Amino acid sequence: MEIPYTVHNRPDTGIYNAKVGIWLFLASEVMLFGGLFSAYILLRVGAEPGMWPHGWLNVTLGTVNTILLALSAITTLLAWAACKVREFGKFKFFHGCTILLALTFLGIKSYEYHDKLNHYEVALVNGKFADGHLVNKSADFDLAKKTGTVTLHGHIVEDRKELMDLRSPEAQAAKHDDITIAATDIKKMGNYGPAHNTFTAIYFTLTGLHALHILGGTLVIFYFWGPGSRMWKTDPERFTNRIEVSGLFWHFVDLVWIFLFPVLYLT
Amino acid sequence: MIDMSESEKPVCLNSYIRLCAVVFLVVLCTTSAMIATSFSHLGDGWTLKVAIILAIAVVNAFLVAGYLMHLLSEKKLIYTVLAFTVFFFIGLMGLTVWATNGFPPGTANH
Repeated sequence: MEIPYTVHNRPDTGIYNAKVGIWLFLASEVMLFGGLFSAYILLRVGAEPGMWPHGWLNVTLGTVNTILLALSAITTLLAWAACKVREFGKFKFFHGCTILLALTFLGIKSYEYHDKLNHYEVALVNGKFADGHLVNKSADFDLAKKTGTVTLHGHIVEDRKELMDLRSPEAQAAKHDDITIAATDIKKMGNYGPAHNTFTAIYFTLTGLHALHILGGTLVIFYFWGPGSRMWKTDPERFTNRIEVSGLFWHFVDLVWIFLFPVLYLT
Repeated sequence: MIDMSESEKPVCLNSYIRLCAVVFLVVLCTTSAMIATSFSHLGDGWTLKVAIILAIAVVNAFLVAGYLMHLLSEKKLIYTVLAFTVFFFIGLMGLTVWATNGFPPGTANH
């Protein structure tokens, strides 16, 4: 049985069915991300004065990822345009570029996550705070048993608030060295993972959900670039429509990043 | 006359490449403007900077939605779906902001 209106437009809507479907899906996605953005607003507005982090994320890497996604949105559109003018070779080239750009984006995101998970804040028993990236844990390090030492590359501050704004002149001037701390001097120790504070929680939630969308979109695009491209020989019109629909999803993912980047990295 | 959306019109690949080049350049410029604003010394706090950065992000989003997603010339049904989405999105954000300080009695000390 043939599925109706996969190529030709329905007379009542004026659009083929998959396009109506993807726009309805994108509308639900707007509400999904909207809910998380509103959670971000609540957390930010509700934070105590001076306790909302600034400058915690690498703006250079965020900018590179913004450019990569913008380029991938363009190659997606050009892949669809190549299908429209029946240039299958160019379609393969542009969609191949999209896959490579998407994988590079995910690689950079993974590096950023790794950096955050390797970054520790240590509350010391003397009331001060050590902050830095983990260099080494001694073989016998056990925080519960209070044995061994841990070495961080970072600095020690008097007040936790000093760790919140890394763009402040004081934070910029801070000298970072290797600091070795005995477990007996540690009151509490934790990395900058989702459980660290409300900022990292919403950061990992928003960017993690976005990265899952990138991963899903990449798998779909890879399918159309590889095995799914066999349809080009039998039904090029329908294949072109599939590329348009997957492209609309990809542009939406780019749109979400357009707001994620400034909200998380720049403000 | 048949009303055609942008995706149904005959396509010229070279004109699309030119369009994409322009959109990409503008996206580069707007991204640079957002970064410059973020590191500038505007006002005492973050409020003004956040407002400017989000306004630039909206311009960026308009470019992607308008030109790359062909929203500038879509069918009425798509606009209707999006109108509902915008309505509910504004409602979601509005209710969130409205309820920011609306703690039930005895559940918050600020």
